[in-house]
Amino acid sequence: MTRKPLRPLAAILDARRKGADPDAIERANTQQRHEAIRTELRGVGEGRLLVLGVMFFCAFSVIGARMGLLASSEPTENRAVRTQVEILAQRADIVDRRGRILATNIETHSLYAQPQEMIEPERAARELVKIFPDLEAERLLEDFTGKRKFLWVMKKISPEQKQRVHDIGEPGLLFGPREARLYPNGKLASHVLGGTSFGREGVHAAEVIGTAGVEKQFDSYLRAPANGESPLQLSLDMTVQAAAERVLHGGMRLMGAKGASSILMDVHTGEIISVVSLPDFDPNNRPQLPTQGSPDDSPLFNRALQGVYELGSTFKAFTIAQALDLELVDPATMIDTRGPLRWGKHRIRDFHDHGNELPVETVLTESSNIGTARIAKMIGAERQKGFLGQLGLLERTSVEMPEAHGGMPLTPKNWSEISTMTISYGHGLSTTPMHLAAAYAAIANGGRKITPTLLHGNGRNYGPRVMSSDVATTMLGMLRKVVTDGTASFAEVAGYSVGGKTGTADKPKPSGGYYDEKVIATFASVFPTNKPRYVLVVTLDEPEVFSYDEKRRSAGWTAAPVAAEYINRVAPLLGLRPDVEPGRPTGITLTSN
Amino acid sequence: MRTLGFLLTVACVIASAFWAYHENYKTQEVYGETRALQREIGAARSRLAVLKAEWAYLNRPERLHELADLNFERLGLLPLSPKHFGHVDEVRFPTTRESPLELDFEESIEVSSEGEDQ
Repeated sequence: MTRKPLRPLAAILDARRKGADPDAIERANTQQRHEAIRTELRGVGEGRLLVLGVMFFCAFSVIGARMGLLASSEPTENRAVRTQVEILAQRADIVDRRGRILATNIETHSLYAQPQEMIEPERAARELVKIFPDLEAERLLEDFTGKRKFLWVMKKISPEQKQRVHDIGEPGLLFGPREARLYPNGKLASHVLGGTSFGREGVHAAEVIGTAGVEKQFDSYLRAPANGESPLQLSLDMTVQAAAERVLHGGMRLMGAKGASSILMDVHTGEIISVVSLPDFDPNNRPQLPTQGSPDDSPLFNRALQGVYELGSTFKAFTIAQALDLELVDPATMIDTRGPLRWGKHRIRDFHDHGNELPVETVLTESSNIGTARIAKMIGAERQKGFLGQLGLLERTSVEMPEAHGGMPLTPKNWSEISTMTISYGHGLSTTPMHLAAAYAAIANGGRKITPTLLHGNGRNYGPRVMSSDVATTMLGMLRKVVTDGTASFAEVAGYSVGGKTGTADKPKPSGGYYDEKVIATFASVFPTNKPRYVLVVTLDEPEVFSYDEKRRSAGWTAAPVAAEYINRVAPLLGLRPDVEPGRPTGITLTSN
Repeated sequence: MRTLGFLLTVACVIASAFWAYHENYKTQEVYGETRALQREIGAARSRLAVLKAEWAYLNRPERLHELADLNFERLGLLPLSPKHFGHVDEVRFPTTRESPLELDFEESIEVSSEGEDQ
């Protein structure tokens, strides 16, 4: 640009000629020049402001856009930490105490149809019925030709069935992956495991939810993706369970019983090594809940946990243990056993007459109702109730099964003196065999309460003390005598020093009163008595055996021999070495001529 | 000098852009590889699960019992009973030819003087 002079010569000369001040021209020009410079500088400044503004605008809009994007988009996991999400989503396995699989998963397929994609619905329906005989051709055809756009045909199909459906070649028949629960051992421990069914279902996956047993109890643990790799370890031993089911099944058939149950429990930890209830079912194909008839006729009924029965003379052990603990009697105290014992309109009788009096020990070994009732009278209702409560016989067991909730003991409304007397020999108070096993475990482990559990734990798990250890030892000696000299002679197993108590209780009629010829025979035992390790309770429902020209139903003839066979089979499996029992010291017989 | 600095900067920008581009593709490749490996692990795991289930199914006590019954003549397997327990000294020492404890007593030298007089 051309620079304008501050004192243009022509204008100065003109001003001098006119006599005006030439400096005024210079001032005016200087002012003009300054104004021009200012205008230019303002432009530069405005330009910079604009650039800055645009930059800030861009920066803020980028941040805003990112925030908006983050807020509106689906969250996705960082790729670097995504490991095997689809595999971990599997339901955790259930294993036994030695890690052998009791329940696992396999991949199967579900079959669904999209009728609008179908080419030959009639043929597809025909062929499907050939593969799955329980489908109905008319119904399928109706669905395939109707307005429906989607329908499930089968929820679970095997790989062979899948191939055969594939061979139909119908594009409207589609498969979805399904994770199915498999119980490889079939009926083994079916009541404990329970079963599963599908929850929410989609084409690509379906929820597997537990419907009973530990599958239901630990559903949230088993379903948690974090536990996919860590199986649920139960206290059951698969080998023992299999042997127990076999023995009990044989025993049930032999004794003509309609049902049977057994519980084998560790007396120090409360771990349940085996629990059987017969008849049983296959959890892979769980039967429907019964809609009619008595619930205990269904194979789903768990006799060991849900069967609330009067367990008869097995309770005498508790009465006598308490009397010894309170120091009311000692094993040699003579008890009046003259009968019948009258109390109001009630009469207490014995199975057979025991004479005028018996020592406390023989009251137990010979199972005298009258004798036990007299001892209970000394104890009194309050103390008896307290003791049975301490043993856990008056509340539900805490076994980790939803079914255990149904095993609430039935106690008399009014715990009167006659109730005390009948409860002392196991009538008037109904409990489950599991209650009985836990209470016997308390006697066996030296007098400490035991909480039965189905989980494999570590080490001893004693509760509060319920009787002194001396009393517990005395009781073990007496229980041993029941087997060697008393009512349970058939329960003797060479080498294992079994001690126990039989119990035969008449079954109550649903209408009230008792059946004459239907009993529950129970044998509660501890072995080996010289160093107690296990408690075994065997219960037979309505046993009847014909031997020595007589129909016999008492537990000594039915439950006791089954328990003996059970111990004979199972004790070696538990690693118990048969032991030659230290014989009772035999007195030297002096003879002289 | 200014031109040189400018040129250097431009060269740096181009170089870093090229590096970033290269790294990006390498990362994508590793991602792909990871995905493939994870798929492989997943497949292997599901196969393992099936094999485990099958193993458990083949070893179910019921089947083992039947097999033991079927092969009783050959194997003579019986349920474990208390009679099967014994003492260590009841077990016969294996007397195979290869037994290293079979010593050669010929040409041995008498080192004990006990009973020498007799």
